[in-house]
Amino acid sequence: MQYNQRLLLKGNEAAVYGALLAGCDCFFGYPITPASEVAHTAARLFPKLKRTFIQAESEIGAINMVIGAVASGRRAMTGSSGLGISLKQEGVSYLAAYEMPAVIIDVTRGGPGLGNIGPEQADYFQLVKGGGHGSYHCLVLTPNSVQEMCDFTVKAFDLAEKYRMPAYVMADGVIGQMMESVQLPDPRPYTYDPEWKMGRIVDGKANYITSIYMEYDDLEALNRRLQAKYREIERAEQCAEEFMTEDAELVIAAYGICSRIAKGAVSELRAQGIKAGLIRPQMVFPFPTNSFEKLLSNGKAKVVMSLEMSAGQMIEDVKLALNCKLPVELFNRMGGNVPSCAEVCEAAKRIYKEYVK
Amino acid sequence: MSTEKVKFGRSKVFFDPFERRPGPIKTNMHYCPGCGHGILHKLIAEAIEYYGIQENTVFIAPVGCAVFAYYYFNCGSISVPHGRAPAVGTGASRATPEKYVISYQGDGDLAAIGFNEFIQAANRGERMSVFFVNNSNYGMTGGQMAPTTLPNQVTMTSPYGRNVETDGYPVKVCELVNALEAPVYIERVALTGTANIIKARKAVFKAIENLRDRKGFSLVEALSPCPVNLKMTAEQVNEFIDTKMTKYFPLGMLRDRSAETPAGKVPEAPVRDPEDVKQLLFTAKEGSGEGPATVNNSEIFNEERRIRVSGFGGQGILSLGHTLADMARLRHFNVSWMPSYGPEQRGGSASCAVILSRKAIPSPLVDSCDLLIAMTRAALDKFGYQLKDDGILIYDTSAMEKPAVKPGQKVFGLDALAIANRIGNAKCANSAVLGALAAILGKFALTPEDAADYRKVFTEAITESFRKKPQVVEQNIAAFNAGCDEMSSQLV
Repeated sequence: MQYNQRLLLKGNEAAVYGALLAGCDCFFGYPITPASEVAHTAARLFPKLKRTFIQAESEIGAINMVIGAVASGRRAMTGSSGLGISLKQEGVSYLAAYEMPAVIIDVTRGGPGLGNIGPEQADYFQLVKGGGHGSYHCLVLTPNSVQEMCDFTVKAFDLAEKYRMPAYVMADGVIGQMMESVQLPDPRPYTYDPEWKMGRIVDGKANYITSIYMEYDDLEALNRRLQAKYREIERAEQCAEEFMTEDAELVIAAYGICSRIAKGAVSELRAQGIKAGLIRPQMVFPFPTNSFEKLLSNGKAKVVMSLEMSAGQMIEDVKLALNCKLPVELFNRMGGNVPSCAEVCEAAKRIYKEYVK
Repeated sequence: MSTEKVKFGRSKVFFDPFERRPGPIKTNMHYCPGCGHGILHKLIAEAIEYYGIQENTVFIAPVGCAVFAYYYFNCGSISVPHGRAPAVGTGASRATPEKYVISYQGDGDLAAIGFNEFIQAANRGERMSVFFVNNSNYGMTGGQMAPTTLPNQVTMTSPYGRNVETDGYPVKVCELVNALEAPVYIERVALTGTANIIKARKAVFKAIENLRDRKGFSLVEALSPCPVNLKMTAEQVNEFIDTKMTKYFPLGMLRDRSAETPAGKVPEAPVRDPEDVKQLLFTAKEGSGEGPATVNNSEIFNEERRIRVSGFGGQGILSLGHTLADMARLRHFNVSWMPSYGPEQRGGSASCAVILSRKAIPSPLVDSCDLLIAMTRAALDKFGYQLKDDGILIYDTSAMEKPAVKPGQKVFGLDALAIANRIGNAKCANSAVLGALAAILGKFALTPEDAADYRKVFTEAITESFRKKPQVVEQNIAAFNAGCDEMSSQLV
């Protein structure tokens, strides 16, 4: 039987398709603009496959339902935006401590506070730097197309399970709301049955899951193990697209919708004789430091411009990756405003003039 | 005090010894002398064994003194965030319906920080049994005020006694739950003295029996002694519970609908076989734009073409854009469709941007367009500035006079709603607009072959959208044709 797997979908819808095709059994969520279509699509499609959808009483309820389902040995996910993600942070810290996989879709909006429903990228700190209490990280994938919303959700499940930790798919209001053609992958054969799930009988004893370690040395040991895992992830899983960076004198760093605008701007700037390039992190934890180190080793780049829809959050990681060996300038919009290609070109030319010629 | 003969031995649900308990003591529990947790643990363990559900029992441990319940119960266990046990239990119960979920919680966990998770799970009638330990104070953190602390009761955070004017009255959990429709069984018991413990045992057994029979939500609230934090002897604390606590928290069964509630069935397993998933998730491939017969060569799409569709909510603005985008998908163009979802959609206006191109599309946002479709005067006023100097404007003649445009711009009017009404379905107005667009592109931009294909791909897109409503497909095609004819006659 031949099926139509090339559909016109919203980013929010594509993420749910990706989850189902990756073998996700349960969705728990609470509606919030601009992420609501994630819940709408899950409400429609999960029951179709006799899988579980619950509209939880809150984002706190939702993330804890995820904990219950994942601890039971099932794949589970949730989705929200900005302030809803803030509410989930308690549960995410527990997931990190339990060393349990889960996938969380964050379709970011304007903040702080209630902010607005326009697109922003100001969830970077809370997703990439931990967000909840304790020294932990989550995997953070940053799609910039509807196709990647699907593909990266599949990948988020893979990485979350490989490393037993929560994974975010961090989109923004534009990537979540826009529609594009998507080629959906085939569903995977289902083989998931983690050995650590609660209740599995090992030597006559039922498995339990906990995050409380009364002995200081035990908790330190857990933390050291987590940190070793994060270092391994930084070594093995960096993921970025490099566009015309080989001879670039000015390199733009951007992810999500900003990276698409930046790519347009790079072509525009090249046409005007400016050697511009783009590093587009496809994951921001782990941060693609290798791509930035390459700029240092090939010696062509004179300046990096971090293009963000926040007050400048990723720029800290760009500076760390460059070890302060290249100047890094910020160009940003906030409040739901998306930078235009013309604005980006103008800012790039200004910076180019200052640092290159 | 009389001594009782030991009637029930150690439940096999308990580890023997408690080897998961750290430190040298493995034979008894970590609870303080005189604490009620040990008694309730024992009753639950006996019931699990009696009903033969140990292997599939999931015990959700709270934050509070019972956080280490997994030291004792040999069944699937998890210690969860403060107050969230019923939410975690919901996830476990739904994800693995073959399991029996116990949520074990104290008064801070259940009645304060986690009250929402608790009451919502009760209201959904989640398939779980909740054991609620009410000892009128926060035990683990050292005897602070709880939602269940009695009026004037002294605790670490109510050193002058609970003042009902500032701290409110004790929360009556069973009574609140009894206001809900879904719960099956609600009883309040006390863990004081043999007679009460025998009643408590019956209640615990009922709740576990309901669990085994998949009968939904059961709640057993146990008034429980906490002599250490209440700074009382065993006798004093029992008296406190029997005379003072029970005044506010009367013992007894508030609801038992277990007899009339039928035993629940295990829901069907999730569909996971790849072929079955495909069948349920994807539509069969037919007329979906595959193969060489569906190539469209129109040169105008070698460059990015930006389209703004705007008007009033209910005019089919978003779906007009969607049909255009779907037509592009069917011809393997790169395409993006972006709705206005921000403040601009408020007040009834609707707008979307569609970009078509054979090249990659950098941004789906449109601030200048090649084609503007304006179905209201307000829409034209708002987006007119975006139209390029050589752009095309299509407007609704019922909404405005022919607008003035720049010299290089082309402007065409159509009464789309009148056409749609003639056909008998006002919702087809947007297809009439697409028909008009076909005529315009046919006249100015497309080769005859590509113009014919435009009509064909419209039919494909509409047929796919309304796969299950052939009459709607026909009406839309009729509107398209009428819009095309009317515009063609204008263009002669």
